[in-house]
Amino acid sequence: MASIRQIPSTHLLPDWRNLGTVLRVLLGINAMAMAAALVRAGSLAAWFPGYVEMAAWVEPPLFALLCLLAAGRDLLWRLPGRAAQALVAGAAGLVAGVQYDAWTWLGLAERAPLGAWRAALLGAAATGAMLGYFELRARAFSPAVAEARLAALNARIRPHFLFNSLNTVLSLIRAEPKRAEAALESLADLFRAALRDHRELVSLADEIALGRQYLDLEKLRLGERLRVEWQVDEVPVDTRIPPLMLQPLLENAVYHGIEKEPEGGTVRIGFARRGDELFIEISNPASPAGQGAAGHQMAVANIRERLALYYDLEARLETVQGAANYTVRIALPCRTRKPPSVS
Amino acid sequence: MSNPETALRILIVDDEPPARARLRELLADIEPSLTTVVVGEADNGLAAMERLTEQPVDVVLCDIRMPRMDGVELAGHLGGLENPPALIFTTAYDNYAVQAFDLNAIDYLLKPVRAQRLLAALQKAKAARPILPAETLPAIGRELRGGGRTHLSCHERGRLLLVPVAEVLYFKADLKYVTARTKEREFLLDEALTHLEEEFAERFIRLHRSVLVAKDALAGFERAAGDDAEAYGWALLRGVPDKLPVSRRQWGLAKSFAKGA
Repeated sequence: MASIRQIPSTHLLPDWRNLGTVLRVLLGINAMAMAAALVRAGSLAAWFPGYVEMAAWVEPPLFALLCLLAAGRDLLWRLPGRAAQALVAGAAGLVAGVQYDAWTWLGLAERAPLGAWRAALLGAAATGAMLGYFELRARAFSPAVAEARLAALNARIRPHFLFNSLNTVLSLIRAEPKRAEAALESLADLFRAALRDHRELVSLADEIALGRQYLDLEKLRLGERLRVEWQVDEVPVDTRIPPLMLQPLLENAVYHGIEKEPEGGTVRIGFARRGDELFIEISNPASPAGQGAAGHQMAVANIRERLALYYDLEARLETVQGAANYTVRIALPCRTRKPPSVS
Repeated sequence: MSNPETALRILIVDDEPPARARLRELLADIEPSLTTVVVGEADNGLAAMERLTEQPVDVVLCDIRMPRMDGVELAGHLGGLENPPALIFTTAYDNYAVQAFDLNAIDYLLKPVRAQRLLAALQKAKAARPILPAETLPAIGRELRGGGRTHLSCHERGRLLLVPVAEVLYFKADLKYVTARTKEREFLLDEALTHLEEEFAERFIRLHRSVLVAKDALAGFERAAGDDAEAYGWALLRGVPDKLPVSRRQWGLAKSFAKGA
């Protein structure tokens, strides 16, 4: 099951394979090392050399530990929280102690009495501090909080769109009842998607189908003014992405890019896969002088926040106001239905 | 069958063809209660103004959000017509504008429109032409579109002309009038320079007590020879040979804009 629940934010331990977690550990431990170096240094000038020397002690066990934790992430999640924390702190102490022994054996440092124990204690203490931080973070982003935020962020189809679409359907009922039926069915699908449980990730194929339905409805309304170009070849359509990512951006493109232009324009949607990342690009005509970029901000900020909730630092969203086009680019990790096997 | 003598003449303005078709259907539905004739359709405010200068109309049914010229701006220009029609807005959902209309007693219909509501609004318009609040419309429009109008009205020999703001090089205030200069000619406007300065602050800057200039029309500057009481210097423009006075106070600011251009 690929869903937001897959990340057990109830657990006291973070996701050790997440880039954000790794970055936070590296920054946190190094900040502690810098503080320790400042305490030890006799003068401010001796601070930096002191830190470099300390880094030589700190980084190797840190990297080794992170590798171990990434490998053992799922095993650790199966343990009760406190036991898992103790195990991680113990592992940190062990790695630090082993490294001390290795350093002295290699002659890189002089052996002090009980030196390995001192290294182990320091390692365990620093790790304990980081674990405490992650525990607090897990509480702050508890599922209840995260789910409430997601619920608030989702389901933002503009009322403007609903009422205009209903009006379009009404205009079709007498002259073209078949098209009116199809339009109502699409509208039902769109609102089903908007109202469903947002914690489950959906397949890219479903999101694309939804986007097409949305744009078909808008085409009924705007006619020739709305032109659409999809570039969907070579897309891993089974990639799982957060629901309703595409539609709000398409809605923005239509609302700010097409409806303002008497002659309309083209909305372009492209997908590409590079390595383990999926890139999505949506562009619409917009002159820099217009209100284009400003108008987009709400939906863009909304999706940026949702990406952060689902992927932490592993997803990016950027917007570009070009000479004639406004473009939204999203990069997110490719997650297929099955978790990728560890090779 | 509609009787041309008593039929209410209607112009439908909406950028969406299905929305226009729907209003025609509804007008046909209420035919037994009220005789109407649709004299035309337009897909934006500017096209509607062209229609209205050619042919008098009793009621304009008008969408709010449209390209080129929106409904609120169209409403502002209607007052300049010889026989201004009644205006009823039709809108899907526009929280801000709808609230503003409620306060100002402007009639509006929410889309999808009910035949009964349409009938009531048309009968009301037929009985007494509602007066559009000329003072509040610009503010509503600015809030709605996040900028000033796209066109300015100009009366000339009994005709109403619309001057595209994008083509105006400068505004100049004389004793009684404000003139707008485009590449081709000048237009006399019934506007106040201070209002124009406020509404189009994005596009125009003040050079002098009596002059606003489009930022992208500025080509260069000349210091005035000797002690000129009227001007500290002169601004040169692209496309026209006119020189505009620049006051001592605005000299630095004006030059900084010309450098950016």
